Amino acid sequence: MTPLLEVQNLSHTYSAGTPFAHKALEDVSFRVDRGEFIGVIGHTGSGKSTLMQHLNGLLKPDQGRVLLDGKDIWSDKKFTRECRFRVGLVFQYPEYQLFEETVYADIAFGPKNMGLDGKEIDRRVREAAGFVGITDAQLNASPFDLSGGQKRRAAIAGIVAMEPELLILDEPTAGLDPRGREEILDNIQTYRRAKNATVMMVTHSMNDVARLADRLIVMSQSHLVLEGTPEEIFSDPQSLVDMGLDVPEVTRVFLALEKRGLRLPRVYTLDQAVAALAALKGGARHA
Amino acid sequence: MLKDITLGQYFPGNSPIHRLDPRTKLILLVVYIVILFVASGPVSYCLCLGFLAACIAVSKIPPKSFLRGMKPLIFLMCFTGIMNLFFTGGETLLVKFWIIHIYLEGVIRAVYMILRFIALICATFLLTYTTSPIALTDALESLLRPLGKLGLPVHELAMMMCIALRFIPTLLEETDKIMSAQKARGADFETGSLIQRVKALIPILVPLFISAFRRADELATAMECRCYQGGEGRTKMKQLRYGRLDASAFAVTLAVLAGSIALTVFGL
Repeated sequence: MTPLLEVQNLSHTYSAGTPFAHKALEDVSFRVDRGEFIGVIGHTGSGKSTLMQHLNGLLKPDQGRVLLDGKDIWSDKKFTRECRFRVGLVFQYPEYQLFEETVYADIAFGPKNMGLDGKEIDRRVREAAGFVGITDAQLNASPFDLSGGQKRRAAIAGIVAMEPELLILDEPTAGLDPRGREEILDNIQTYRRAKNATVMMVTHSMNDVARLADRLIVMSQSHLVLEGTPEEIFSDPQSLVDMGLDVPEVTRVFLALEKRGLRLPRVYTLDQAVAALAALKGGARHA
Repeated sequence: MLKDITLGQYFPGNSPIHRLDPRTKLILLVVYIVILFVASGPVSYCLCLGFLAACIAVSKIPPKSFLRGMKPLIFLMCFTGIMNLFFTGGETLLVKFWIIHIYLEGVIRAVYMILRFIALICATFLLTYTTSPIALTDALESLLRPLGKLGLPVHELAMMMCIALRFIPTLLEETDKIMSAQKARGADFETGSLIQRVKALIPILVPLFISAFRRADELATAMECRCYQGGEGRTKMKQLRYGRLDASAFAVTLAVLAGSIALTVFGL
């Protein structure tokens, strides 16, 4: 089966041909299958955001190709535009793109650009608002009267309403309080389950990707350096630390316990940790 | 894409022109404009253009950047040239066609006007290419200080100019980001009728204004927190001082001015 999205040997240089030229991506290849949740991690400036902007045709690769459903997204102009709708990209701090008079109109901006009829737009707006927990009263309010977290969720709904096959979120939880972060992550999960959607999420939170992602992509200095399940990626903490990254907090605690002589399995999420500790406790009692 | 726009872009360097006091450069630019308007014959024009070329050579700014900067003004130059070509009367008729009369004097005048235009633009660019915006505002503040006695808030005006210049690149970057974000939602800025294109700007302008106001507010708060108070009693880290280099620059430019006046008097 053709993967939903395939990136082949992608390279991109900013300000090519000037003294300010700098390579943002070099020879990046990976694939995204339908229904996956992919976490993208990497140090600031490793090229994550640049990579994401290539996936819906906002940036054109200098070398290499991006295939959506087996077709090069730059093969013709119409298809490039279509890709913007099929691959929904939520930028960092998306609340700064809100502009309409009401939240409803702002969420409807994307679907309207798709040329859908009024009834379908209405259905999509209400559904998207439902996923992110925006009430009917808030739909009619000005987006500028919402709180920070609500604004962020309204902006995400604007992309979700386009019903993209692949939803990409660039640090969706940056700058939010813990509760706001949890809400956004819950919204994404709800949406994903309901629509069986494919999601890519750029983040700095190892805890979040360990819990949510099926597969991780690790970027470092313009290269894709590691790819694999969270178990595989987090099994080598030292190389992650060398790249300016880290392992989830529970993994770190367990590694420290291991150093003190406790025999423990490797864990990546809180649930796994609870189970492992319960097993240890139970085992100790029986011994 | 938007970053390619040159807005009086500063080229850092260490040429004698770069090292001149910004006030000197500002005053000499005015003097040079006077020289340009004094010049009237071929020899005096050669003197003006030669002087400018020499200054550009000394500054070590690539001549290409001057051409690039001139591009948006080509239309204005052509317009001036054509107006002068057709509407200058004279004695030697060159072309007579229907209602169009072109005289030799008109041709000469058109060429002079265009040359004057080019020299004017290049001289201004030389100033902005070799002087950082901060230095330029400092110079302006220093030169306008006498007006402060008349109640003009000179320091505040200079500060406002300085802040405006400082935020141009930031706002350009912001615009780029907002454009990308709206494009990701299918906004289309490139096709459609004029009205549609103007309408397509709303999704950019609204967020841009909001963020500009937010930034202004934050900056004002930050300045208040540091007890910023402009004008009276404020000292500068970098004091502007005229040096020997400035004296020679004044001497050379005044010599060119004198030469230009002399040549014009003799009708050259």
